[in-house]
Amino acid sequence: MPQWLFAFLAALAIIGALGTILQRNLVHCVLGFALVLIDLGVLYMGLGAVTVGFLQIIVYVGAIMVLFLFVIWLLNIQADTGVRGGASLSLKLVGALAAAALAAELFVVFSHAPKLREVRTIAPAFGSVATLAHVLFSRYLIAFETTSLLLLAAIVGAVALARRLAGQSAEVAAMPSQPGSAARESRREVA
Amino acid sequence: MSHLTLSAVNFAWLPILPLAAVAAGAMAIMLIGPGVEDEDSAGLGILALITLLAALIFAIFTLGENSLAFGGSLATDDYAAFFEIVILIATALTVAMSLDYVADEGMAGAEFYALILFAAFGMMLMAAAGDLIIIFIGLETMSLAVYALAGFLRRDPRSNEAALKYFILGAFSTGFLLYGIALIYGATGTIGLAPIRAALNDRAAENPLLLLGLGMMLIGFGFKVAAVPFHMWTPDAYEGAPTPVTAFMAVGVKLAAFAGFMRVFMANLGPVSAQWTMVLWAIAALTMTVGNFAALVQQNLKRMLAYSAIAHAGYLLVGMAATPRAMAGGAMLYYLIGYAFTNLGAFAVVIVLERKGAGGATLNDFRGLSRSRPGLALAMTLFMLSLMGVPPLAGFVGKFYVFSAALSAHLVWLVIIAALNSAVSVYYYARVIVVMYAQEEAVTAPPRLAPRPGLVASVIVAVAGTILVGLYPQPWLDAANSAYASALGRSATRIAALR
Repeated sequence: MPQWLFAFLAALAIIGALGTILQRNLVHCVLGFALVLIDLGVLYMGLGAVTVGFLQIIVYVGAIMVLFLFVIWLLNIQADTGVRGGASLSLKLVGALAAAALAAELFVVFSHAPKLREVRTIAPAFGSVATLAHVLFSRYLIAFETTSLLLLAAIVGAVALARRLAGQSAEVAAMPSQPGSAARESRREVA
Repeated sequence: MSHLTLSAVNFAWLPILPLAAVAAGAMAIMLIGPGVEDEDSAGLGILALITLLAALIFAIFTLGENSLAFGGSLATDDYAAFFEIVILIATALTVAMSLDYVADEGMAGAEFYALILFAAFGMMLMAAAGDLIIIFIGLETMSLAVYALAGFLRRDPRSNEAALKYFILGAFSTGFLLYGIALIYGATGTIGLAPIRAALNDRAAENPLLLLGLGMMLIGFGFKVAAVPFHMWTPDAYEGAPTPVTAFMAVGVKLAAFAGFMRVFMANLGPVSAQWTMVLWAIAALTMTVGNFAALVQQNLKRMLAYSAIAHAGYLLVGMAATPRAMAGGAMLYYLIGYAFTNLGAFAVVIVLERKGAGGATLNDFRGLSRSRPGLALAMTLFMLSLMGVPPLAGFVGKFYVFSAALSAHLVWLVIIAALNSAVSVYYYARVIVVMYAQEEAVTAPPRLAPRPGLVASVIVAVAGTILVGLYPQPWLDAANSAYASALGRSATRIAALR
């Protein structure tokens, strides 16, 4: 990766991070955070870790960011409500302490890191999609396949319970004396 | 990059056939389900029974086939086959007692039977696990399905509470288990059970990472077997869940949890047993005592059986505390067979006597049962005597074997505590019998439902199991012993091939 591209992506990541913490609108904060995550994924790819880069984008942007947005949507947080005014003094103190601890940790980690000329390059296939796929579909084939059944069971359970709630509210309104009919009603709606 | 071939995968049909049959059955039910009205869902239950029967036949074929498949992911040993068979029988009995219950309560039939089969799939996966990842996936598949099943009574707030409580505490405990697995991986560098056993030496026992991992996994499994102090969810979850699901939780989930617990700790963490048997000693003593004393004051039979299930987990943990003794494992497996039949039978009787929307039968519902339903009263008496531990029923023989294994490991005090607890338990089990035979039926009691064929069949099978397992213990005990030996032997002999 050329130096200028790294500098550009690094600056973009910092801008995104600042956007995450400085904006008032929660949705804008989440979008800033998404920018950081996508940017990091691109950085990983530039360093040769293509699989990690894609996983970063799929898992964090695809799944976790969507979860954030769902929570904001479910809690119905309005666009104009944000933390107004300064945070309380104790909150600032705790934040400063946490930031100092993180900085100290990073300092220790980087001061013990191996020198750049001592770093060995790894085989190009390491961590590639092909290698990952080979391990995933041989040694961990059963784990991979059973995980898909796990997700299926979770979906069936969630749908069964969620449909129940919809049926219940309709039934309270209209037909309290006919057990089961509300559920059938909602099943027809689903169908 | 070479092409991937089936031989590179270490593919084996035999070990996955029982699992695949159950999964295929679950998906078939989901596909057929939308065309079936909820009150006609018994047909889907029959389909589930056929699936379970097919899986049972496949599981019997895997007996005597001691090998590891899929690069060590799946263990095809007698231990796995043993648990698969018991789990399949327990699931089939659960389905049989649900046939009318599900239709009567207007529950979503297709989802109910599909989730029961998914849960059974997870249980069997736990029993056949060759590494910690499979243990975790099996546990999660089972748990997610059962969380949902616990909340299947639509209009009953107790059912909602049961599902939510079970889900939140269960998710919490799964976190502990997963953290423990990660730490054990960090300490030994492998997730395969047999390689972990090989990596354990005297120095490993001093590794704080390993000890922390052991503790975390102990908490995770302790929750699933409902051991004190991780039992708080049990009474409410058992009481609120639909009664067939309660039976499934008390028997199926407990069987699978012990299958995983025993395979991980007894069979493969045996080399460091000195580090965890003392903890289990305390947990076993606490679990028995709290379970039995709390059961004394219960009026609701579901709640009483919940505390009784906690107490029985305590008796089983007595066997685990005796770990280096090989006979303890076999005794525990035998105990679990008897436990499964007896408890399923007792819950089936509760379903028969349950009144719609009452959330389980109370002691009052059992009054005068000897006159109105002499056969049912006799069956319930048998189950109560077996749970009490009266010879020659399954419960007595199981306790006898487990306690003598503990005695041979010099756990004299623990066995004394267990014996005292058994004496306490006589009170609440006998009370049910007294109410059935010595008290008149309440005049104001509303009429009960007619007995249903599925329920009657499951009560009869449970009675037969409780008597047969107790009267002729030897073949069952031999099967249990060889099953446990296969779990140990695999760990000892196949390590070289795996590393």
